[in-house]
Amino acid sequence: MVNGLSIGVIGIQGAISEHVTTIKNALKKTNTPGNVFVIRHKEKIKEIDALVLPGGESTTISRVLYKTGLHDTILERITEENLPTMGTCAGCILLAKEIIDTAKDVKLLKTMDMQVERNAFGRQKESFEQNIQIKGFAMPYNAVFIRAPAIIKVWGKCRVLAEIDEKIVMVRQENILALSFHPELTDDLRVHEYFLKMIKETKN
Amino acid sequence: MKRPEVPKLKVGTEKLKKGFAKMQKGGVVMDVTTAEQAKIAEDSGAVAVMALERVPADIRADGGVARMADLSIIQEIMDTVSIPVMAKARIGHFTEAQTLEFLGVDMVDESEVLTPADPFYHIDKHKFTIPFVCGCRNLGEAVRRIWEGAAMMRTKGEAGTGNIVEAVRHQRMVTTMTRKLGELDKNEMHNLTEEYSNSYKKSTEILTGRKVDDSTIVFEEYTYEQIKQGIFEVLEEIKKIQRFPVVNFAAGGIATPADAAMMMQMGSDGVFVGSGIFKSQNPRERAKAIVEAVTHYDEPAIIAKVSKNLGDAMDGIEIETIPPEQRLQERGW
Repeated sequence: MVNGLSIGVIGIQGAISEHVTTIKNALKKTNTPGNVFVIRHKEKIKEIDALVLPGGESTTISRVLYKTGLHDTILERITEENLPTMGTCAGCILLAKEIIDTAKDVKLLKTMDMQVERNAFGRQKESFEQNIQIKGFAMPYNAVFIRAPAIIKVWGKCRVLAEIDEKIVMVRQENILALSFHPELTDDLRVHEYFLKMIKETKN
Repeated sequence: MKRPEVPKLKVGTEKLKKGFAKMQKGGVVMDVTTAEQAKIAEDSGAVAVMALERVPADIRADGGVARMADLSIIQEIMDTVSIPVMAKARIGHFTEAQTLEFLGVDMVDESEVLTPADPFYHIDKHKFTIPFVCGCRNLGEAVRRIWEGAAMMRTKGEAGTGNIVEAVRHQRMVTTMTRKLGELDKNEMHNLTEEYSNSYKKSTEILTGRKVDDSTIVFEEYTYEQIKQGIFEVLEEIKKIQRFPVVNFAAGGIATPADAAMMMQMGSDGVFVGSGIFKSQNPRERAKAIVEAVTHYDEPAIIAKVSKNLGDAMDGIEIETIPPEQRLQERGW
């Protein structure tokens, strides 16, 4: 912690640079010393204070996570050390304990008490932007949903932070945050600021 | 349950279209012609599939007019895989694109691999809810396509040849010209804008037999002046951020893991592999190897590991042996 927070973004596939930029902006805005790293090797996981699992194709990302051993290393740090973690879209899927899906190829990390459904809102032509209410946020948040998953149900320690109709789109379980939308695609830094606050709370 | 007040949702926005393309970054999009191939692609880690009737190598061999695929093939592929499905429409064939949008494909490739339908104009891609990817050989083509609403670009390369040389050429043209933009002053930027906007003007002059001025409508509802303004803005942005404002993939001739990794090292955000996989001896292994090479594009140890025992790559074609009028990259402007 001497040099501030070390935040890792899993750099396999998808919106990686967007998360890096957004985290950097959030660090700057909140005057938090810290660095952001793109992670493609399991050795690096040991060196970080927090982790982001970005959006992309969940089948592709989970395959590489598994093959490179990142899957087990991440799981170890989350379960044994409560590593603060944020998963967006595909990342949200990977954090779930259960999935309703035909693709058996997605190997879940199974760290959150929730069930997810891939592409729950339809194909790309049904992708949408919408203002949502997030618990603890004073103003609505413009959320970007791209072939987005939805959280169908939660149990145990998983708390709902936002929903659209009957579908849950943002949850928190202790140190883990999962969103079915893409906060890295907007200039609104509030979700990443919320994550930074979460990391700091864990640190103290 | 108390519902939060939420305004009507927005679909088909630029953010959603460009955002979709961003989710493909670092990935491999594979050409497939059957549901079975699509499943192999998905199992191998493809981020998306391009649903086709024939891969470019066969289109090249068969000759004749190449059109949008039979929709039953595309539908079957959509029903089989959960990753995004893209499909090709002919250059300028907005009705093929409308049909693909209705069917629900996730992205349309306005592609030179098919026979162009409009000798004057490309599709006005802003009019669609779903995003488009377009090919380019150089910065001028890219800027026009981006202005027309393409959410993603790719090099044209020379599809169906298994020869990487044209994709490399096009990537170098774009990179070099992007860097050069940084050195241009305002006057030179305006001259370049004029040069890049000229093809819209030329088409209208051929069609009307009259000279075009700034107030003439030259493409859809846009005047020549509006086009120049739009092209200028795209150029300014590229100059500032030193890359396309949309995701840029490599395509056309990628046949090996090393080909794919090289394009990534040259700055591509991901790759399309057309004939390279299912025209090779062992598609399943090759598909996996190319996906790994794209993930670890700057790690020779991994490229070396995955480049073993892949069987024969597709047969390659020397570009010089293809008569210029049969080169797919010459299609579009």
